[in-house]
Amino acid sequence: MVENRPWLTFFSHAILILGVLAVAFPVYLAFIASTHPQNAFISGLVPLLPGDRMIENYGTMLDAGISTSGAPPLGVMMWNSLVMALSIAIGKIIISILSAFAIVYFRFPFRLLAFWAIFITLMLPVEVRILPTFKVVADLGLLNSYAGLSIPLIASATATFLFRQFFITVPDELTEAARVDGAGPMKFFRDILLPLSRTNIAALFVILFIYGWNQYLWPLLITTDESYYTIVMGIKRMVQVADSQPNWNFVMATVTLAMLPPVLVVILMQRLFVKGLVETEK
Amino acid sequence: MAAIDLAGVKKTYPGNVTAIHPLDLNIADGELLVLVGPSGCGKSTLLRMIAGLETVTEGEVMIGGGPVNKREPAERDIAMVFQNYALYPHMSVRGNLEYGLKNRGTPRAEIDARVEEAARILEIGPFLERKPRQLSGGQRQRVAMGRAIVRHPKAFLFDEPLSNLDAKLRGQMRVEIKRLQRSLNTTSVYVTHDQLEAMTLADRVVVMNAGRIEQIGKPTEVYERPASLFVAGFVGSPPMNLFGTDELKTEAGGSLPESIGANTGTIGIRPDAVTLSANGNPAIAVTGTIELIEPVGGESHVYLRLPKTDRVMILVVRGHEGVSLAADLTVHLPVGALHQFDAGTGRRID
Repeated sequence: MVENRPWLTFFSHAILILGVLAVAFPVYLAFIASTHPQNAFISGLVPLLPGDRMIENYGTMLDAGISTSGAPPLGVMMWNSLVMALSIAIGKIIISILSAFAIVYFRFPFRLLAFWAIFITLMLPVEVRILPTFKVVADLGLLNSYAGLSIPLIASATATFLFRQFFITVPDELTEAARVDGAGPMKFFRDILLPLSRTNIAALFVILFIYGWNQYLWPLLITTDESYYTIVMGIKRMVQVADSQPNWNFVMATVTLAMLPPVLVVILMQRLFVKGLVETEK
Repeated sequence: MAAIDLAGVKKTYPGNVTAIHPLDLNIADGELLVLVGPSGCGKSTLLRMIAGLETVTEGEVMIGGGPVNKREPAERDIAMVFQNYALYPHMSVRGNLEYGLKNRGTPRAEIDARVEEAARILEIGPFLERKPRQLSGGQRQRVAMGRAIVRHPKAFLFDEPLSNLDAKLRGQMRVEIKRLQRSLNTTSVYVTHDQLEAMTLADRVVVMNAGRIEQIGKPTEVYERPASLFVAGFVGSPPMNLFGTDELKTEAGGSLPESIGANTGTIGIRPDAVTLSANGNPAIAVTGTIELIEPVGGESHVYLRLPKTDRVMILVVRGHEGVSLAADLTVHLPVGALHQFDAGTGRRID
């Protein structure tokens, strides 16, 4: 479209700007709120300009946390979230790329059954199977541990399915060339398939990292020890205070910090995306 | 370097579909054998069975005298060139060439020497550090060949290696493959559906149809003395004119020379054997109307509609001598150039 209609241009830009504002304003508000003293919110009006308490607020949260609402220092929760998100993302990728490899490249009995069994679990998100899963994790003694936080969320049908679809598009002749070149199955996987899946892995890592980072219900259920709290559930606990106003300035400082790692992951990985899109392999 | 022998080799797919009927084939050491035939005739399956990419249902595949049925492709010491090249897209050209050698644990110095040698032979030295996607079709083809050469295998297996190239490049690469095979003197099996490739490259041609071998022979032999109706129709361009004995009798005015036997069901003649004048040799004369003239440079293909049987005969004439569209033309079919095929079996009668 090379039409030049001033009104159309104006109108489409206006809609785009409105959309950006709708997304960006709450984020801005959260940041502003985190720079004010606590009494700034008592009036019920949220200030729109930055305050002067930014360093103190963030310092308090990173240093000590809010002991009254039972939240440990932010650093601990951030670390827990990071460990959980990374184990889920990496664990899921390892498990699913290997199972997709098995399903696509090996003829074993009940292969199709295995695929469909994995596929059907797509319909069973954590929330549906949460009680039996809790029971299993509790019986295994994994409550209040990193293993308990991440392992039950690692099995993944989505990623397996995506890798399977990708492997199917890899030409058979490539597999055959590798066989003629003397590459056994695992060598083929390591030398050929893994490098070819690089961009897929990067894309999945972003999605899965954010998925893991944003987990709320599961960590809430299986952690009772403060040292295993994750940041997303920590935020909720800070808001739940009895007989007083929540410390909104601290809560918002936490929120702002909690947003950073996923944003960083997206920004850093985006380069790999673009690279993957520009250099079309195959 | 080694001979390849197939003894009673058969391939059946699940569902009792027979892709290859039991066949015997001996490929001599250093020979370039071309498997040619229409799509689905089993030529690629046969090649893949030699490579070890397909299992052999019955019979024995032997490379260098020893049975290899149970061996993995890598253990058969063969190298294969695929139709779409199958280069590893994430490796540089050098990486592609080295991969097979590395997997075999070849010493570093040896690998470098062989890559150097292959790069020199194929003139791909300047591209060694590039990725396959940065190369043109012809260059990729060379790399694919290079990957086969560096291995110094007992045999090269080519699976329609030129069909992804444009016509000009295909001609060039054909010549190069032939020259390369001559200088390396490595036993080669080459699969193609292009009969021009088959005729120009082969030491011997194997014409296949529906999982069976129709004829094995030197290219000239296959062209000049096709063993069956199928071979007669498949080899040669423009194709051989094939007429039922009765049809030709009708066109010839009711009688055929005595040399046509009683069992002959089909009579064939190459378009370039049809002459405009009998020159005193015994010949069958037929008359038809010129329907189409295709000038192809030094010669023209003339399509002659025969009125009594409504069949079309193709003949080749030098230049455009004495032919014009819609004119009637009498042509002569020298008796010595006729091919006769059995009415029942379709085999050649001499």
